[in-house]
Amino acid sequence: MNTFISKKNIGNKTDRSMWNFPLRMFFIMRRYPIIPMMVIGLLIITAIFGTWMEPHDPIRADVLSRHIPPFWMEGGDTKFILGTDALGRDVLSRIIGGASVTLLVVTASVTTGVVVGTGLGLVTGYFGGLVDDVVMRIVDAWGILPQLLIIIIIVLTFGQGLFVLIGVLAMLSWTGAVRLVRAETLSLRSRDYVLLAQIAGASNTRIIFRHILPGVINMVIVTATLGTGTIILTEASLSFLGAGIPPPDPTWGKMVGDERMYVGAAWWTSFFPGIAIAMVVMSGNFLGDWMRDRFDPTLRQL
Amino acid sequence: MAKVILRRIVLGFIALFVAMLILFSLSRATGDPRYIFIGPEGIGIDPEVWDLMGEKLHLDKPVPVQFAYWVSDMVRGDFGESIALQRPVLQVIKDRLPNTLKLAVASWILGTIIGVPLGVFSATNRGKFLDYLFRGFALLGQSLPIFWVGIVLIFFFAAQLQWLPAGTKGEGGFISFKHLLLPAITLAWYPAASYLRITRTAMLEVLDTEYVKLARAKGVGMYTVWWKHAFRNAIIPPLTLSVFVLFGLVNGTVIVETVFAWPGIGRLAIEALWATDFPLLAGITIIFGALYLLMILMLDLVYAFLDPRIKYS
Repeated sequence: MNTFISKKNIGNKTDRSMWNFPLRMFFIMRRYPIIPMMVIGLLIITAIFGTWMEPHDPIRADVLSRHIPPFWMEGGDTKFILGTDALGRDVLSRIIGGASVTLLVVTASVTTGVVVGTGLGLVTGYFGGLVDDVVMRIVDAWGILPQLLIIIIIVLTFGQGLFVLIGVLAMLSWTGAVRLVRAETLSLRSRDYVLLAQIAGASNTRIIFRHILPGVINMVIVTATLGTGTIILTEASLSFLGAGIPPPDPTWGKMVGDERMYVGAAWWTSFFPGIAIAMVVMSGNFLGDWMRDRFDPTLRQL
Repeated sequence: MAKVILRRIVLGFIALFVAMLILFSLSRATGDPRYIFIGPEGIGIDPEVWDLMGEKLHLDKPVPVQFAYWVSDMVRGDFGESIALQRPVLQVIKDRLPNTLKLAVASWILGTIIGVPLGVFSATNRGKFLDYLFRGFALLGQSLPIFWVGIVLIFFFAAQLQWLPAGTKGEGGFISFKHLLLPAITLAWYPAASYLRITRTAMLEVLDTEYVKLARAKGVGMYTVWWKHAFRNAIIPPLTLSVFVLFGLVNGTVIVETVFAWPGIGRLAIEALWATDFPLLAGITIIFGALYLLMILMLDLVYAFLDPRIKYS
């Protein structure tokens, strides 16, 4: 801990300074990622109950209320707290509506990518041989292809859609998981307890799931959390470029992309969705850092 | 050593070959590749053109033979013809590549000269105000969506203050520099953040070693110790990162060039997506993949030169 006030003085009953309480709160907040948890909690709640929270219909256009500024600005209306976009749709409602898409796409793709990557990493690391060679060559080849371009090619081939989007985003994280899990499995495989399990007659499946998987699962969860930010940003970028989920469902990236030509006249339409993206990404990064320090200090270097 | 390099080269070629295989499988994934090339609207296409296209792609032969034709064409530098632009893919890329290189190299340099020194200062001021400030800068750089940063910069510097142009390339010395500034800054923030974080970690580790403490105890000046003793040993992580950053900029240029209407490869890729121009996209992807491979091989050589302790095993 390297802070300007020593930790010992905090919470000391004799210390009556006005900073006592805020500083104590500060240290508690530093120990646990409270704010990131709150942001992610809010995201989950809005994603699930969004339909009831939206003040207006996020999809229905209304030409009469185009580009109304946020309520604190001149010409603003408290009916539209964050203003409206070029088609007269409420920005706040669209941000709320976009939460569910973000959450669904990111959770599904991260889970798919990590499960596939971990499975392949365990198999290649444990068995080696031909499977290892084939999978690692594919991982190498995937590594040299520019991610966004290959994603665009896949979208071009299979067309836009929710499942295509989840699939391509899952492909972003699987190679990293394969590499990490494979390396860790290689070192765990020759440990005594694995050898003893083999001698005791345990099947390969049992050894992989009962003896090796628990040794790598922490690392997998930590790196998956750390990678979530990139996935969200890529999803937003794809939506921004128009290669994400087809309209009319609102996503944050698409909101920025659709409204970017009006930035001079109506900045709020592209400003607030960007803030929403940044807040979620930042929370993911904070949470990942915290989990890394807590569960897997060997990864500090990353 | 030579053996290891040779092995790397062979593995690299295998990776490139597999990458081509992946792209080829994608083009054949939905059956007839002509459906992707022409898009769903291409139903009313002239049957003569349709047949000609099939002949060009050797569709009458078995699939492995088609792949062999495809690879041999690419090796000879023939990436096929762009469907939307009706010109050879290689030529289209050649026309656009200088613009992208200009933007990418500018932001690469910008990211390095901002990120690395800030990382060093952040490490030497650990726990102080500057450290928190720089880390906040890095955190924002890694969390803000790049397209949003570009739009906000356009809003402030082009729309409100009217200091800088909002997009396109611009001709002439100073004018083109003015045009370059906003996209380069937008593109450089994320790499600067990565540089900062990785340099900070590496520096903190080196600053903790005995020989750095000894140098300080001997009375060597603080700045000499930081830059001559510590930084020189903390240089490998940022150096490794620099290749990945340059490669990662390919992704960034796609977005930044779209935001700033910059006539480079990234925007070309997006145009190709809308025109369902598969050969063009495949050509861009393979060329960038090959370039990246070349850079990694070179990095290996630079490593051996910079740090003789590294032994390849």
